[in-house]
Amino acid sequence: MDDLLLREHAKNIRHLIIEMITSAKSGHPGGSLSAVEILVSLYFGGVLNYDPKNPSLESRDRFFLSKGHAAPVLYSTLAEAGYFDKSGLDTLRQLNSPFQGHPDMKKLPGIEASTGSLGQGLSISVGCALGLRLKGLKSHVFALLGDGELEEGQVWEAAMAARQFKLDNLTAIIDRNNLQIDGFTEEVMSLEPLADKWRSFGWSVLELSGHDFDQIVPALLNAKKRDDKKPLVIIAHTIKGKGVSFMENICDFHGKAPSEDQAKIAYSELKECDEQ
Amino acid sequence: MKATREAYGEALLDLGRLSDQVVALDADLSKSTKTSLFAKEFPERFFDVGIAEQNMIGIAAGLSLAGFVPFASTFAIFASGRAWEQIRNTVAYPSLNVKVCASHAGITVGEDGASHQSVEDIGLMSIIPNMTVLVPSDPIETKSIINWAFKYKGPVYVRLGRMGVPDLLPKDYSFDTKPYIFKKGKKIVIFATGIMLWKCLEAIELLKAYDIEPTLVNIPCLKPFPEKEIIEIVREHDMVFTAEEHSIIGGLGSMVASTLSRSYPMKVSFIGINDKFGTSGKPNDLLSFYGLDAAGIRDKLLDNIK
Repeated sequence: MDDLLLREHAKNIRHLIIEMITSAKSGHPGGSLSAVEILVSLYFGGVLNYDPKNPSLESRDRFFLSKGHAAPVLYSTLAEAGYFDKSGLDTLRQLNSPFQGHPDMKKLPGIEASTGSLGQGLSISVGCALGLRLKGLKSHVFALLGDGELEEGQVWEAAMAARQFKLDNLTAIIDRNNLQIDGFTEEVMSLEPLADKWRSFGWSVLELSGHDFDQIVPALLNAKKRDDKKPLVIIAHTIKGKGVSFMENICDFHGKAPSEDQAKIAYSELKECDEQ
Repeated sequence: MKATREAYGEALLDLGRLSDQVVALDADLSKSTKTSLFAKEFPERFFDVGIAEQNMIGIAAGLSLAGFVPFASTFAIFASGRAWEQIRNTVAYPSLNVKVCASHAGITVGEDGASHQSVEDIGLMSIIPNMTVLVPSDPIETKSIINWAFKYKGPVYVRLGRMGVPDLLPKDYSFDTKPYIFKKGKKIVIFATGIMLWKCLEAIELLKAYDIEPTLVNIPCLKPFPEKEIIEIVREHDMVFTAEEHSIIGGLGSMVASTLSRSYPMKVSFIGINDKFGTSGKPNDLLSFYGLDAAGIRDKLLDNIK
């Protein structure tokens, strides 16, 4: 594993996230930054089988961004992966832009589903995993959910179904950054004991640091090799706003753009981080 | 006599035999929605998701993304109500190829009462962009509509009923989204949808005694609404009535009135549920109670003709 290369991708993607949200003057930096290493691992860690030149390749693995408000991390990762040019990213959230506030699968290649309304991505992933298995394809389905999103009842309907249908071609990843719009998840609507909840729903559970490539990449690679007839959830412990000091663990940056000046500080921090 | 839900179950089974792209989903009501027929023959292509309608729509969306043509069924109240936002955001917004075939629509659910009687589903589904909304009137039309829905690429809502309905349309009838002039009369036109085609036909028998011979038009496609054809038909008549087993708000009556208001203004009289919840009772008693049986339709026409 070339850790340096992955860190380079992560730095580029963080830069793009700040750039596009600053340019849009709105968007969701916190939950985009917390998921950077997860998406980098999927797309550049040799985990996902995909071809940017053939986005509808039938044998591809599927990645569903259930926490659709983290669209900037998806857009910048797909751009970094070569699905489309980076030059359009600064049109985020503007009229006539394919870079909608939340992902629109009809407007860009590489986006597997239109998401944004929370709680629905795991159901879509269950359906897709069922379909791929029915077709006899070996493709794996990954779904990234926010932790606050787990407060939606539909997630647990899907969790039950994934177990019932014995979906070992499905892996859910929880971006456990502990924050939601109104505050800490444990204060707004407690999720703990989270791992126990998933275990009691019949899932295998793995917990790891969501910013450590040495933990994420092997876990995702192993996730694809299962045939234990059980779905797997990876609870990735992350920091909301990761990489930008004044955004880290700050609830306000869930859905607020940085100012131009703040963006400059953010870029310099990302650069420093790279030099360390 | 056969309920449109039963004709749906048979049509779905036929489609399953025709194409292995067809998959079916249900939310613990397969014996009632008749997806059980498909389930018995194709268990590997049938998914019972339990009592979880929102999840069912999401799973159907995922199956369509994997290349299948999912038919998802439950009662109309739960499909169009409980799972409305899932249908709107996950299915209709990206125009996924999901068919929501909802049974037990309208008051003729009967004894179960208001909680299970959907009189709002046409409105709820029609307001969503990209949706196609279809309401078969009899078993023959149901089969034609289900075959059409399979061939059509995009989201479709099909409204099905619990109550037995006689075959009304010709055996060789083929659904094509346009109004179907069932009976040519004069002066008065009644646009009817679903089970009301049958009830209007009975009412027209009663109206013969009054020398009234309305034209009866079946409207199986509520969206896209056949505006041009409806205006053409209205032009040949002096009075317009609409008949639906649905709220008069947001259903066929509203759509006809809206259509006419824009290009051929004239009075429209609504036969339907007048902004009320349903109630328990035998289906036929309920039709009578809400003025949707032959006598009720006759009286409505006579009142307005005076």
